[in-house]
Amino acid sequence: MSSAATETARLKLTGVTKQYPGCLANDDVSLTIMPGEIHALLGENGAGKSTLVKFIYGVVKADKGMMEWNGQQVDVVDPNAARQLGIGMVFQHFSLFDSLTVAENIALGISKELAGPGLEERIEKISEDYGLPLDPHRHVHSLSVGERQRIEIVRCLLQEPKLLIMDEPTSVLTPQEAERLFVTLRRLSAEGVSILYISHKLDEIKALCHAATIMRGGRVTGECIPAEETAKSMAEMMIGTNLKAPERHDDVTLGDVRLKISSLNVPTDDQFGVSLEDISFDVRAGEILGVAGIAGNGQTELMDALSGEALASNNESIWIEGEAVGLTGPGGRRQLGVGFVPEERLGHGAVPDMTLWENAFLSGMKRMNLMSNGFMKIKETVDYAESVIKQFTVKTPDSSHAANSLSGGNLQKFIMGREIMQSPTVMIALQPTWGVDAGAAAFIHQELINLANNGAAVLVISQDLDELFAISTRIAVIAEGRMSVAKNVSDLTVEQIGLMMGGTHDLPDDPHAQPHVEGGVSHVS
Amino acid sequence: MDLFVAIMVNVAAASTPLVFAAMGELVVEKSGVLNLGVEGMMLMGAIAGFAAGYASGSMLIGIIVAGIAGGLLALLFGFLTQHLLANQVATGLALTIFGIGISAMVGHSFVGISLDPIAKGIPFLEDIPVIGKLFFGHDILVYASFVMTALVFYFLYKTRAGLILRAVGTNHDAAHSIGYSVIKIRYMAIVFGGAMAGIGGAYLSMAVNPMWVEEMTAGRGWIALALVVFATWRPGRVLVGAYLFGGISILQLNLQAMGVTIAPQLLAMLPYLVTIAVLVIISRDSGLMKKHAPACLGKIFHASS
Repeated sequence: MSSAATETARLKLTGVTKQYPGCLANDDVSLTIMPGEIHALLGENGAGKSTLVKFIYGVVKADKGMMEWNGQQVDVVDPNAARQLGIGMVFQHFSLFDSLTVAENIALGISKELAGPGLEERIEKISEDYGLPLDPHRHVHSLSVGERQRIEIVRCLLQEPKLLIMDEPTSVLTPQEAERLFVTLRRLSAEGVSILYISHKLDEIKALCHAATIMRGGRVTGECIPAEETAKSMAEMMIGTNLKAPERHDDVTLGDVRLKISSLNVPTDDQFGVSLEDISFDVRAGEILGVAGIAGNGQTELMDALSGEALASNNESIWIEGEAVGLTGPGGRRQLGVGFVPEERLGHGAVPDMTLWENAFLSGMKRMNLMSNGFMKIKETVDYAESVIKQFTVKTPDSSHAANSLSGGNLQKFIMGREIMQSPTVMIALQPTWGVDAGAAAFIHQELINLANNGAAVLVISQDLDELFAISTRIAVIAEGRMSVAKNVSDLTVEQIGLMMGGTHDLPDDPHAQPHVEGGVSHVS
Repeated sequence: MDLFVAIMVNVAAASTPLVFAAMGELVVEKSGVLNLGVEGMMLMGAIAGFAAGYASGSMLIGIIVAGIAGGLLALLFGFLTQHLLANQVATGLALTIFGIGISAMVGHSFVGISLDPIAKGIPFLEDIPVIGKLFFGHDILVYASFVMTALVFYFLYKTRAGLILRAVGTNHDAAHSIGYSVIKIRYMAIVFGGAMAGIGGAYLSMAVNPMWVEEMTAGRGWIALALVVFATWRPGRVLVGAYLFGGISILQLNLQAMGVTIAPQLLAMLPYLVTIAVLVIISRDSGLMKKHAPACLGKIFHASS
């Protein structure tokens, strides 16, 4: 498409520069998108992609740089101006309002005139035309993530956009939902709508996009036709160095069952929560059990139940090292040798305003013997925190800095290191690399694998299928609070997992066909 | 029957200040701001309205000035919390203390003066037998409070501006990214809330008890705040809650007058106790609370760009 030299570019950016305090987010960035082109903007977290699209959409003002729209120089002062030009944006973190209905949410994001009478009929028509089923009267909090994304897309389509910006659209979708989204995007492209597609998933970009601009550290580091590149060559442009895939020893002999869950039921009294129903599995020494699932299917509830933040009703439903701990709190479970890495780094994994060594003390005081007669052993604690920083290459001057002064990846490395240095026999991590840059993610993956190789039982709950396939020994799927039987990674494909993530109702298998896994695997009811 | 009508007129008078103050606070909280300064703004309205009414001889001017005074104090709250990003709880408490102090200072020279109360009753209509006095025997502000309830409901749930206000209270980051001015919308809600609290306060000093007494709101600002929560942020329930409180406070006065052998101190506690008890019971339904509670309530909004 981009070959048509006579055509005017739909969008042309020249020399966009944006300086944030202490960080040059965009440095002389240029970008051209032709009509009907699906253009990938590729880069790691922190590469400056979000700043650039926020500039296009009028949320952020650049210090320097020019934007041309259909050959005319324009100055987009706010999102309303962008929408009037015909720019629509689907945010990564949806700009939706939970307690409002689908129709109300859509009305908020479009002009007053468009939001007038007959809006609901128009929503229904568009959602039918483009295969994006939506009920305008539902409240957003009752919808799945995929449905929420449809709201954003329908909201954009109602405005008949000429350029659609999609920020990491598939990070929250099942593979099947993503495939459905691509059908819609290809159709829009055929109708002449340009799409700026932001992602770091190379396979999708190869399959979907006509052209790609690659960013690193705020600068454009490459431009390419994805179809002519390999995933590896694009990854190298994106990351800048050669990344090592995590090394796994496939010949690890599994040891004893260290973590055993049997018929765990946790009813929720939260309207937006998920009840856990009859969950049973076990994790043995030396293995990593991955739990896949779309957000909001019981992962947080499972993590709370495992960490002891929510106690089980039956003491016999959770066993650690052969001891029933269903009614034991987090402290007791830690003492038995369990390490936890919660999803939320700031506020759950670490106290944001406290220093790193104080945070190290809070989780390690018992296992690391950092307390004497009610006093903190400050020197020992600082030594412990410093050794975490050193061994896990946490980028920070020293352990007297507050947890919230670290970047996401560095803080996650610190939290992970803090737990691993306590030499846990069971490690439970929820979304261990969420929002972490690729380098830190690879490091964390390797550490988890090493931990398992050294004989710990590791449980990783994650939405990132690539991550689970890279590190897990076995994978189970959690959907609507129920967990499937775990299967060996070698017996699974991404498609199978994707179907199961869509809901237990779609479970394609019959129980007899499942391979037998040693060591008391129980079946879903 | 006459006694009943008289009681109902008193109930309406006792409830109306709460309706105004709570309805204002409801709009403020729906926009995601928690202003604990209702008591202070009511007192400001009470003394400003009384002084202006006394000086001008016009009730209408008194009410308008009360609204302006409450609104101005709220504007101060808005500046501190929206521009200087001060903590809303601390600022609201400070506003109440400030309002108590400044109203006492201004009111010092008005102590002992009394004002003609605002006229009650709608001509002709109040002469209808039986229901006349019951429905048309009140002063104009009682009716205004009902109209205000309906307007607030209509605004919040039927207009685009109301939808935007609710959206800002639910998720200010999303509202900002779509392109709404969170701070401007909150300013307007805060000032409206202050004006309503001011009018509610003026109703006390101009209609219920037409004179100035220091701290004459006697905790009604706090009750108004509690009502908003107890009503799970719904205008209709705020109205019901205000009349529950007003009704019980008049009922206990009548019980005292009838010589019931319960300690008057206990009876005087009754409206507060019942309102709090109902509040606690209703708040137990966490699902209902979540559905209507503004998710950003009390959170500071800091535009990241």
